[in-house]
Amino acid sequence: MNIMTGVSPWERLIRPDRVHGSLYTDPEIFEAELKNIWYRTWVYVGHESEVPNANDYVVKSIGPQSVIMTRDEQGKVNLLLNRCSHRGNQVCSFERGNARSFTCPFHSWTFANDGRLVGYAFPDGYEGQDKAQLALGRVTRVESYRGFVFGSFAADGPTLREHLGGAAETIDRLVRSSPEGEVEITAGFLKHRVKANWKFILENECDGYHPAFVHTSIFGVADSMIGKLYGGASTALTRDYGNGHTEIDLRPEFRKRDAPMSWFGTSEERLPDYTARMKAAYGDTAAREIMIDGTPHVMIFPNLFIAEIQMFVIQPLGVDDSVQHVTALQFKGAPDLNRRLRQQTMGSVGPAGFLLADDSEMYERCHRGVLARNPEWIFLGRGEKRQRQDELGFTVGHVTDEVPSRGIWTHYRKLMEPA
Amino acid sequence: MLSRESSATLMCAVTAFLYREARLQDEHQYEAWERLWTDDGIYWVPANGADIDPERQMSIIYDNRSRIALRVRQLMTGKHFTQTPQSNLRRLVSNIELMDEQPDDGDIAVASNSLIFESSLRDDTLWAARNEYRLRHVDGELRMASKKVILVNNDKAIYTLSFLV
Repeated sequence: MNIMTGVSPWERLIRPDRVHGSLYTDPEIFEAELKNIWYRTWVYVGHESEVPNANDYVVKSIGPQSVIMTRDEQGKVNLLLNRCSHRGNQVCSFERGNARSFTCPFHSWTFANDGRLVGYAFPDGYEGQDKAQLALGRVTRVESYRGFVFGSFAADGPTLREHLGGAAETIDRLVRSSPEGEVEITAGFLKHRVKANWKFILENECDGYHPAFVHTSIFGVADSMIGKLYGGASTALTRDYGNGHTEIDLRPEFRKRDAPMSWFGTSEERLPDYTARMKAAYGDTAAREIMIDGTPHVMIFPNLFIAEIQMFVIQPLGVDDSVQHVTALQFKGAPDLNRRLRQQTMGSVGPAGFLLADDSEMYERCHRGVLARNPEWIFLGRGEKRQRQDELGFTVGHVTDEVPSRGIWTHYRKLMEPA
Repeated sequence: MLSRESSATLMCAVTAFLYREARLQDEHQYEAWERLWTDDGIYWVPANGADIDPERQMSIIYDNRSRIALRVRQLMTGKHFTQTPQSNLRRLVSNIELMDEQPDDGDIAVASNSLIFESSLRDDTLWAARNEYRLRHVDGELRMASKKVILVNNDKAIYTLSFLV
């Protein structure tokens, strides 16, 4: 709190139509974000399908912290901190595997895959010690929504369902593209590092203004139908769901095309098995609607981005050091679709992707750019005068408008300001 | 399989070919580099190890011949911003070997190591890789039927890799 003016520093830095450049580059603000966002709110960690069997584990993260997602022998998913309760050594050094327990290599303390300390070397030195007090640390609250596992370090606060709010519907919409109603994360991750603040990534995910320019090189040479979706004449929308969740809703354009699977640049004829399974699962009418609408383009604050055919997880490591973990979405019961999803994902994203190499170049240039402090502000006023409420009361705008960035910063300020 | 004489002759030709490829890549001679490929070429940069199944798991690059052409066309636009301006590059290629086990179809299995220094707007970056090739004689010239680039750190988070590796 600024005593002189009575105005909170966040109110000075975050205005309705602009935000201060230092929000991306100040190391103290980054530390405050770890505390108030990453180590407090719901953060996406992993997907249940990554640990399908008892004793499977996979190493994930919340910000810079390493988190082991395990499925214990009872089938429960745990989020354990990769830190021995003895002297802090990391107990797990492999990215994935199947293990009933983790033995720390430093002094041979052994933890069950539900976090319990089950033994230590030379136990006579610990006479009278209660092992229950020395379990692995764990993410305080763990909840999942349709297989997507989130963690929160806050003991109290909104439930995951409350946090997702209106954006939960986008995940419902996503899983309906599987004839069995489930997404699977099975194709492995590309890990793309950028020397830029994580919020440049977050805000770009639902920025519909940039594709026509940043991606002009690939739209110009590939037979891509993406470009038109982001043109001035597009009827697609940007949407602010609240709680920092934002969307680019492309359905108005796909509905105009009125052709199943056109959203993915293909057709029913080229995916006969998938089409048959979808019709068997949902009936002809509903299957047709699902296959016209396609999958969502939604950024679940702060780190889960579902981009129609792939999923990104944003990980901040430092104020100017971030990693995008990305993989192809895979739909249970849809092998012919899944093969194309993998091929398209490999072409477009990751360190050598036709799209993401250029996006990432922009993140890094923006980060270096805002080190110059005149003007001090990042201007986010596009479409402010023409935004409106949709039938559910969410703010929407033209696909190229900055409704998503304004929504993200409104929520950010709420989280960062002292209660 | 090969006589000592023919092996030495082949080694000479292979070495010259790999050095030429390296120079074309370093100097962004995209179209000349593309002409080194056979019509069925596969350009593969795996992620998360050397031996993943690229048909099931994500790779950093897994281009068939038409996608190699698309990659080159994107670079040729001059609007692929990650390479505008282009990275300054120099690479060392060494440890060139004709592999003991040669394919039955007449292709030539070759491997090398490379160390690449990249200077880009972001920073200077050092890349290290094992390269595995299948080369083929087409109209008397060596061509690449496949190139697999195994980055030493392909299991980690890596920066944008938008030059020809």
